[in-house]
Amino acid sequence: MELTRRGFLKLTGAVGASSALGLNFKPVNAYAADLGKMNRIKSAKQYTTICAYCSCGCGLICSVDSLTGKIFNIEGDPENPINEGALCAKGAGFFDLTEANKHRLTKVRYRAPYSDRWEEKDWDWAFSRIARMVKDARDKDFVTTNEKGLLVNRTESIAHLGSSNIDNEECWLISQSVRAMGLVYIDHQARV
Amino acid sequence: MTNHYIDLKNSDVILIMGSNAAEHHPLAFKWILRAKENGARIIHVDPRYTRTSARCDYHVPIRSGTDIAFLGGMINYIINDQKYFRDYVVNYTNASFLVSPDFSFKDGLFSGYDAEKRKYNKDTWTFQMDANGVPLKDPSLQDPHSVFQHLKRHYARYTLDKVSSITGVSKENLLKVYEEYSATGAPDKAGTECYALGWTHHTSGSQNIRTMAIIQLLLGNMGIAGGGINALRGEPNVQGSTDHCILYGNLPGYLKMPTASLDTLGRYLDKYTPKSNDPQSANYYQNYPSFFVSWLKSLYGDAATPENGFGYSWLPKMDDGKHYSQLHLFEKMYEGRIKGLFAVGTDPAVSSPNSNKTRKALEKLDWLVCSNIFDNETASFWFGPGVDPKQVKTEVFLLPAAATMEKEGSQSNSGRWVQWKYKAATPPGDAISCGDIQIRMMDAVKALYAKEGGPNAESILNLKWDYKDRQGNMDVLKVARQINGHWEADVEVVENGAKKIVKKGGLVPTFGMLKSDGTTSCGNWIMSGSFGADGENKMTRRGKDDPTGLGLYPNWSFAWPVNRRVIYNRASCDINGKPYNPNRKLLEWTGEKWVGDVPDGPWPPMADKEKGKYPFIMKADGVGSIFGPGMVDGPFPEHYEPLEGPLDHNPLSGQLINPAIEIFSGESDQVHNASEKFPYVCTTYSCTEHWCSGALTRWQAWLLEMQPEAYVEIGEALAQELGIFNGSKVRVSSARGKTTCVAMVTKRFTPFTVEGRTVHQVGMPFNYGWLYPEDGGDSANILTTTVGDANTFCPEYKAFMVNITRL
Repeated sequence: MELTRRGFLKLTGAVGASSALGLNFKPVNAYAADLGKMNRIKSAKQYTTICAYCSCGCGLICSVDSLTGKIFNIEGDPENPINEGALCAKGAGFFDLTEANKHRLTKVRYRAPYSDRWEEKDWDWAFSRIARMVKDARDKDFVTTNEKGLLVNRTESIAHLGSSNIDNEECWLISQSVRAMGLVYIDHQARV
Repeated sequence: MTNHYIDLKNSDVILIMGSNAAEHHPLAFKWILRAKENGARIIHVDPRYTRTSARCDYHVPIRSGTDIAFLGGMINYIINDQKYFRDYVVNYTNASFLVSPDFSFKDGLFSGYDAEKRKYNKDTWTFQMDANGVPLKDPSLQDPHSVFQHLKRHYARYTLDKVSSITGVSKENLLKVYEEYSATGAPDKAGTECYALGWTHHTSGSQNIRTMAIIQLLLGNMGIAGGGINALRGEPNVQGSTDHCILYGNLPGYLKMPTASLDTLGRYLDKYTPKSNDPQSANYYQNYPSFFVSWLKSLYGDAATPENGFGYSWLPKMDDGKHYSQLHLFEKMYEGRIKGLFAVGTDPAVSSPNSNKTRKALEKLDWLVCSNIFDNETASFWFGPGVDPKQVKTEVFLLPAAATMEKEGSQSNSGRWVQWKYKAATPPGDAISCGDIQIRMMDAVKALYAKEGGPNAESILNLKWDYKDRQGNMDVLKVARQINGHWEADVEVVENGAKKIVKKGGLVPTFGMLKSDGTTSCGNWIMSGSFGADGENKMTRRGKDDPTGLGLYPNWSFAWPVNRRVIYNRASCDINGKPYNPNRKLLEWTGEKWVGDVPDGPWPPMADKEKGKYPFIMKADGVGSIFGPGMVDGPFPEHYEPLEGPLDHNPLSGQLINPAIEIFSGESDQVHNASEKFPYVCTTYSCTEHWCSGALTRWQAWLLEMQPEAYVEIGEALAQELGIFNGSKVRVSSARGKTTCVAMVTKRFTPFTVEGRTVHQVGMPFNYGWLYPEDGGDSANILTTTVGDANTFCPEYKAFMVNITRL
């Protein structure tokens, strides 16, 4: 066990205080747990990411516990030349976007027609139901030629909105696939 | 942004207008303050005194929706007092071009207006050509048909008295800003403008920005360090999502979405490939066919062949002249003609204008699929205020998405820096990334079409969609490389003067090598070069060297296009390639090559009549357009009143509102202009602690504690008139709806004198919605109008009329 000077003082202080009441190992155990925490910080993995609010592109560092794989700290990336480690109030609170936030969605929610409640579903059910709805709506109202008889190959009964808060590669997949489906009502937050 | 965030530090005068940078872009504001520390003057023009105003040299209050009047007055000042940068204006803009004698402007209308269609025919918004088809010029700028003289006449009407009366800005304040900003017309001075939603959210939003672009061209501030026009955009990847064009009118890389009349690939390419007969114009968009065909190859892969026009006929075509924006989308939905909606990472029930209409429209859907990290008012609309779930037929999915640090990929900031992010943790529970959702959803759609067939099934079945890794998850690098582009055949290319064979499947190193014959694919031409031919992912770069000392950081991430940090940068040098400002040397021509930032093309500067090119290479004429047909509502910006405002007349002309805006006139689109029922100008804005609709930030305890509920900000004079105190509960109403919230009585709004009478302005944050927190108030958009900018259909959120009553 490696003892730092500060830790040693803390340890002797704790033992001194408790000795008057008889032998109590609790503080010592707590110290040992603290040391465990220190090691976990030392062994944590760091990943850089980019802030998800305005468009400055501030760098963030996520520290991830090597045992559980959970993020336990997020702070500004001092190497990033844009923010030089600094963050605004939202960026500084980034940790509250992780699963530590009890409001995060973790299950597929489904609301049936005229129902007054959400139900939980699995992905396979959801994707097959969504695909069915897409195909039915698209095929029913598909516009092959417009009023002038020109080939237009579009569907006006399905629309797509979003998003400017997902990665480029995801945006591109959306942009490509909605065109392949023939959508024309396509928009996102760049306009609003 | 033409420039980038760090570059703000290089400016001598920063005009912040249409933005509250300190509160909404705090880290951008750091670079503005860095400029201030270096001696720059910082000016804030805004209806409200904000924390931005507090840190600027001074604040100038302006009535919402009158920015063109304010800036038009500045153009008038610049011309009259000869503050413009003559060398730049003559050589690098179309100020010397001679406009068609058929062009005219009269009483607020440009030639070619069709009042019934509310549209212009732009046939007269053109130039006189010489025998070779090159625009005629008068470098003396004296010809009455020259753009310069037209500009001078147009803005001569924007006198100090007139502008002051429209904007509510005192003449002293107008002159102070005009003098200080136009001083950047000196060759060694740089002025920049930072705007945000305060400029785009208007019926003349695009022209607000264009007026400033004209000023920047007159002062020689485009293409230089510390200059440009800089949008402080409000969403983390709004640059990237725009570049990839999740937009009705464009395809990835700003390629045009085809319309019905362009029924063949040939006709389409002919229309969108610009031509120039001027040998000194690079006219870089002449490469359009290479970009477009390579995009079709990225979409349909091997199924796109020269024989089938690379699958062009499978693409959806819009009807000519029709628009499909968010405003039109909700209009159609309200009419019951849209059956299904995907809403990915967005909350239109709060963020779209005229919320009562938007929310009613959602009830008419058969199905709605939302993907988010938290619940929001759109996904839960069926139990919103006044909605009986038992009456709502809509089938709703709320899909749990991964948060940003739970997935790998790239994000583009407003300065076009594309930075790579790494996956730090797995998403909680069943949540997966939006990319995975799209891949698996589309897999299921493809499978159904493979089994059952359907109309234009080829488009779906031929969609190239092999972006999964061995575990069945999205392979983000594969997608990123597809966006960059590949060789689709073994091809002989010339690189650095030497011929070599490149192999099919290899990465294309730059869009300059894309082809229109099907031998290359590229998902988005502007991103071509984000990978090296050797496979290096340049978006991951973290080099900190800064050779110019201007903060370009060329080895940090990748900036499109081709890692150019300041676009139009050749305009920072004179016609011989010598920097106008030797102290902020962005680029310099050595006699053999350009040194500094990645230049806008390798050609020599334009003084070389044989090989030299003009600096604005993406413009067909090679110069900045002071006059041009690009906008639907005029070749010059003109002031019009907002759709709903305090005046019953336009002090400048007989046209009260922008003649080219589309009017939505359904039962839910009531407008009360200059009405006693709704006498106060209202605007909307954000705060530091919340983001957009608040759909992410309202769920976070730390942030919510700081900004817990909606409010209306009222100036002291109006509050006294209405008997309202700080903290009073009030009702704010417009012709579209009403909402209740607390009053915040403030010194930050002061009354304006407009056309001789007092006009009060109030404001509300747009970050709240009924779902969470309880009693936090509802969306300010319950009050806003369904109307948008004539060019972009960005809704008018920044100027509308309300009434306020104490409860």
